[in-house]
Amino acid sequence: MRVALFVPCYVDQINPEVGVSVVRVLRRLGVEVIYPEGQTCCGQPAFNSGFFDEARTIGRRFLDVFEGERFDYIVCPSGSCTTMVSHYYPFVFENQALPDDRERAEALGHRVREFSDFVVNVLGVKDLGASHAGRAVFHTGCHQRRELGILNEPRDLLQNVSGLELLEWENEELCCGFGGMFSVKMPDVSTAMADEKIAALEKSGADTVISCDSSCLMHLGGRLRRTGHDTRVLHLAQILDSDGR
Amino acid sequence: METSKPARRRDTEDRRREGLESKVEGFNERGRKAVRDRKLHDSISLFTNKTLTGRNAQLGAHPDAPELRERAYRTKQETMANLDYYLSQMADAIEERGGNVFFADDGEDVVRYVGDLARRCGAKILAKSKSMATEEIELNHRLEEDYADLGLEIVETDLGEWIAQLAGETPSHIVGPILHMNKERITEILSGVSDEDLPPDVESLAAFARKRLREKFLNADIGITGANFGVAETGTICTVTNEGNARLVTSVPPVHVVVMGIEKVIPKFEDLSTFVQLLSRSGTGQKITVYTNFITGPRGEGELDGAEEFHLILMDNGRSKLLGTEYEEALYCIRCGSCLNVCPVYRQTGGHAYGSTYSGPIGAVITPLLKGDKEAKDLPYASSLCGACTETCPVGIPLHDLLLKLRNRQVEEGMAGRAESLMFKGFERTMKSPVAYKAGAKVGRLMQKPFAKDGSIEGAPGIRGWTDFRELAPLAEKSFRELWKEGI
Repeated sequence: MRVALFVPCYVDQINPEVGVSVVRVLRRLGVEVIYPEGQTCCGQPAFNSGFFDEARTIGRRFLDVFEGERFDYIVCPSGSCTTMVSHYYPFVFENQALPDDRERAEALGHRVREFSDFVVNVLGVKDLGASHAGRAVFHTGCHQRRELGILNEPRDLLQNVSGLELLEWENEELCCGFGGMFSVKMPDVSTAMADEKIAALEKSGADTVISCDSSCLMHLGGRLRRTGHDTRVLHLAQILDSDGR
Repeated sequence: METSKPARRRDTEDRRREGLESKVEGFNERGRKAVRDRKLHDSISLFTNKTLTGRNAQLGAHPDAPELRERAYRTKQETMANLDYYLSQMADAIEERGGNVFFADDGEDVVRYVGDLARRCGAKILAKSKSMATEEIELNHRLEEDYADLGLEIVETDLGEWIAQLAGETPSHIVGPILHMNKERITEILSGVSDEDLPPDVESLAAFARKRLREKFLNADIGITGANFGVAETGTICTVTNEGNARLVTSVPPVHVVVMGIEKVIPKFEDLSTFVQLLSRSGTGQKITVYTNFITGPRGEGELDGAEEFHLILMDNGRSKLLGTEYEEALYCIRCGSCLNVCPVYRQTGGHAYGSTYSGPIGAVITPLLKGDKEAKDLPYASSLCGACTETCPVGIPLHDLLLKLRNRQVEEGMAGRAESLMFKGFERTMKSPVAYKAGAKVGRLMQKPFAKDGSIEGAPGIRGWTDFRELAPLAEKSFRELWKEGI
């Protein structure tokens, strides 16, 4: 099994340790990992803000870079960036002068898998023999929940982490308020959304928030720190890579 | 919640002067005020949580829900493709039964038709049941102004709408017009029109309202309703209510006027079985509402009730221009309000923050479509694009995808801000070349140095929309790609 890693730009630049954990976990499962170094960003920030032309330029580049590699799957440690490629590339290339961009996007989109989806559904693994002492809640990013429908996979993996108590929290399905540029365009409302999540988090008694999306964690974590909480935020891959930490 | 570490708390007022955040105006300003109003927040939570629990029990658990939704979508799709046919079929059916039909291009046409009718009938009191279509064109206000000489008294008879009318407010939710008010506020408003102070309990308040409204029903000259659905093959108007006021409005006054958006037509009577189920289950979490009325034209020979005169106004008001466009699905809406209840933005701000008749995700979609982008510039951005709206919509409108398209439409029309446009041009240039990307990251690492303190970026210009509210982690010392090169 050969996998091309797609590391979102903010993971590359702000949370590189998440990418490192993904590589370690995949290798431990016998997967050959390549990292196409020409990759940059999927273009989602431009797309979500309505700048479709700019998003298409970046999207075309993404297709060029990954089409030039040999692999079985593209694996990405983000439900949101996976969705951009698998769902929104075909959307943004719809009705364009060059129809083959849409076909290219569809073909590649079928081969992009979010990290937990890949581990559970492609590799068929649910127990990585990891351990993590603590009480945690899991936050499912909205794209992962609604566009990808990956709900049970991260939980299945976390159930098998020894020492980890996975707790339920209220209104689990509510957005964390990040929403990309929304967080800076409408910061008061965005922050109020984060605060509602944090209130539920406090009620749950968890000391850690785990997610498959570092962007949600950046938002929740940033607000948690600002409001004086010492709750940890960790990507699922970091929990599963407990040996390497 | 914000208790410990007071030294790190910073005042979030009036610090945003520059950068990418939206100006503090429009939705942003109203939303900002709303999220600080705890009473409002409690009132919204009470309504949306209760309705959602009901919706999940009645529709979420309904084994046929996916099939119903699919059928509703297909029916709407087919109806819109042949809208002129179905509207004329409906008009013929009504005229055949002795009713009048008027096609109104816009709100002006509706106001004129109803005003002239009131003049002709010598009407004084107009009793209305809840209708978003008439809210959309501000019918009450316009009639009072344009036909001031008639001295019309226009009374909303839906309890919530009546209270909103007494308070001089507009509805803040499609289904629950005064969900933003608590019991104390409602007591205050009703006491204001009563001879005595009313006790703040639901029974007394309802009894007072019932007595007052009963007088209006009995003396009304014209009854005005909206239509939840209009059936093309029979000309039947269907209204779905819980208070029975629509039944009184349509049976006591001698004249009944229906103001119906043209998109509310459905082809067959049997289609109602799909739509009424979806509407009541998603809108209020009921299997069926208390009153479901079917009215087909004026009182017929030998019939015991119904208005002597019946007028159906089929209102376009910007709808037909969406037909055949990529926004057509916005016309499938049955106004159940479910997308408002699940929307995390609406749940924080309530409906008035949107500054439009229709609020929540559907409001953010149809307001710019019906009134123009300039009238609702900020609404497509009043969403984190979480997709809860699309997931819950009982007729399958891809609401958050339509919001994305509307954002793009604004960019194409040159309505995006200069700073943002420049930023995304720069973003495009940076991201299309790994060399530029790496160089950009290098510059970023240099530039953040003066602002990086204790693992956070502080005081950097242009990103205060973020840093005034949350900590921002700095760029890592080494990127993933550098670590990869070094060997993992």
